[in-house]
Amino acid sequence: MKRVYLDHIAATPLHPEVLEAMRLCLGDVTGNPQSLHAEGRQALDSVEAAREEVAGLVGAQSSEIYFASSGTEANNFAVKGLALGQQARGRHVVISAIEHSSVLNSVKALERQGFTATLVPVDRFGRVDPADVEKALTKETVLVSVMTANSEVGTVQPVAAVAAVCRSRGVLVHTDAVAAAGSIPLDVKALGVDAMSLAGDQFYGPKGSAALFVRKGARILPLIDGGIQEGGRRGGTENVAGIVGMGRAARLAREEMEARIAALVPLRDRLLEELPGRVGHVIVTGSRTERLPHHASFCIEFVEGEAMLLSLDMKGVAVSSGSACTSKALKASHVLLAMGLDHATAQGSLVFSLIQGTSAEDVDYLLDVFPPAIERLRGMSPLYTQYLKERGS
Amino acid sequence: MYSDKVMDHFANPRNVGVLPEADGVGQVGNPVCGDMMTFYIKVKDDRLEDVKFQTFGCGAAIAVSSMVSEMAKGKTLSEAMAITNDLVAEELGGLPKNKMHCSNLGADALHEAIKNFQDKREGRAPRVGVPADAHEHEGGACPYCDSSLEEEDKTFCRACRVEFEECPSCGGITKKGDTKCLHCGKPMKG
Repeated sequence: MKRVYLDHIAATPLHPEVLEAMRLCLGDVTGNPQSLHAEGRQALDSVEAAREEVAGLVGAQSSEIYFASSGTEANNFAVKGLALGQQARGRHVVISAIEHSSVLNSVKALERQGFTATLVPVDRFGRVDPADVEKALTKETVLVSVMTANSEVGTVQPVAAVAAVCRSRGVLVHTDAVAAAGSIPLDVKALGVDAMSLAGDQFYGPKGSAALFVRKGARILPLIDGGIQEGGRRGGTENVAGIVGMGRAARLAREEMEARIAALVPLRDRLLEELPGRVGHVIVTGSRTERLPHHASFCIEFVEGEAMLLSLDMKGVAVSSGSACTSKALKASHVLLAMGLDHATAQGSLVFSLIQGTSAEDVDYLLDVFPPAIERLRGMSPLYTQYLKERGS
Repeated sequence: MYSDKVMDHFANPRNVGVLPEADGVGQVGNPVCGDMMTFYIKVKDDRLEDVKFQTFGCGAAIAVSSMVSEMAKGKTLSEAMAITNDLVAEELGGLPKNKMHCSNLGADALHEAIKNFQDKREGRAPRVGVPADAHEHEGGACPYCDSSLEEEDKTFCRACRVEFEECPSCGGITKKGDTKCLHCGKPMKG
C-alpha cells in the first residue's frame, strides 16, 4: 500500500548522504576518539569535523557544542546544568507553560532540590509574550528556558526578544530548538541565547544524535559524570557514527534549507487552508504566521486523536496526535490546554508534519482519504450526535 | 500495541448507532478522560433484543464498545449484568495496561443502560442526568490525569499543574475557575 509519512515531528528519515557517511564511518573508524594512536586520531577527527558542521548550523563556535544522546538529554543537561551552575546567585527558574516534558520535568527535579519555578502562559496561538517573561523575573532568577518552536502546534517563539529581556537582567537563557533546528535559520548570536538544544533526527540525521550549544563562559555542571569527553562536561565514549551522521545532516540542512522551505511552505499552506473545509468543525492550532515551514496542526471536533491516527494509518498516512489517548500517560496535551482549548477539543488534536520529498500528490492523497475517515468516526461519536440534535437537524 | 482483534473491532465496529425507541440508555466517561460511551438497549422478555452504541474515544474505547455490544446481544439481563470490563478485555485478546482504566468502560455503560431500563420498568424516576463520570477515580487522584495527588496537597496536581476546587454540590474536585463541576455538572459557585 502507498505510504505517506507526515510525522516529521516524531522523526525524519535519514538523508541518503547521511546514511552513506555513517556507513563509511561504521566500517572504517575503529578507534576511540580519546586514544592517542592513529585509529584514535581518525575517530577524533571525524567527531571534530562533525562538531564544526553542527556549530555552523547555528552560528556557534565548535568549542561551544556538546554532543548528547537525545534532545531530552540536551534539555536535561541545559536546564539542570545551568540552574545548578548558577545556584549561588539564586534558585528560581522561568519557563513557558508549553515546554517539552524534558524541560518541564527537569524543572520539577530542580523544584525537588529547593528551586522555585514560574511558568509563563501563552496566548491562544501558543506564543509567549516577552513582557510576561520579564514580569516573572525576580532577583533570584538564574535561568529562563523558552522553546524555539513547539512541535505540537508549530508556533515559533519570539526567542530573541525573550533573550534581550533576560540579558538586561543578567539571567541566562536556554532555548529548546529541537523542533526548529535544521528547519528554520537559527543563529545563537542573533538570538542572544546562552544555550540551545538540537537533535539530529529532526533534520534527516540519525536517532540518538543530539547536541547542546553552551555559550563560552556560561557555567554549566555536567549531567553525566565520567571522563574527559566533551570537555569533561559529558562523559562516555562518543557515539562516533551518530555524531558523524548528525554533522553531515547539519551541513545538508544549511545547504538545502532555503530549497526545503520553499518546497514545503506551499504544501503546508494548502493543508492549513483546505483541510478544515473538507470536513468542517476544524480548528487550526498555533500561529498562522509564526509557524514552522513543515507544520500543519488542527483540532478536529467531535472525534478523538488516536482514533484518527489509527484510521489514517490504515489508509497509509502516518501522523501524530497530542490527544490524551496517544500519550502513554493519558493526559490531555498541556500545550493545547495552555492555549485555552477545552479538554474535548484538545482530544481531537492532529499534527501533519511534512518531510523533504513530500509531494503535492501526497497532500492530494491525504485530502482524499481524510474526509471519509473523519465521517466514519463522527458517525459513531455521541458528541457529534448530541451536536446535531442541539442544532436541530 | 493493539491486538489484531482490537484492530478488527476498531476498523469494523459492530452495532454502531442510536436506538431512537430504546428501552434503556446508559452513558459513562467524559471528554476529559478522552473517552465517552453511550449504550442503547431494546429489551424483550428479559432479553437484550438489540444493543447499539456510540463512542467518542481512542481505538481501544471503540473496540471495547463493539465487543460489549456483541457479547451482550441476545443475553438475559442478569447474564449481561455479569459481563465485566475485565472479561471484555480478555475477549479482545488483552488491552495495553494504560488503556485498562480509562478506555475499558463498555460494560459499565451497558450496565447503566440496563439499570435505566429497570428504573423505568419499576416506575422509579430514571436518575436525572446520568452521572457524567461513572467510573470512580480513586480518592486522592487527579480527575484529569489520574496521577495520585500528594498527601499534603490535595488541591493541586503536579503532573497537570492544575489547581482544584471542591464542588459545593457533590464534593468532587474540578479545575479551579471552571464554571461547571466535572462530575455532577452543577455550577461551581452558588
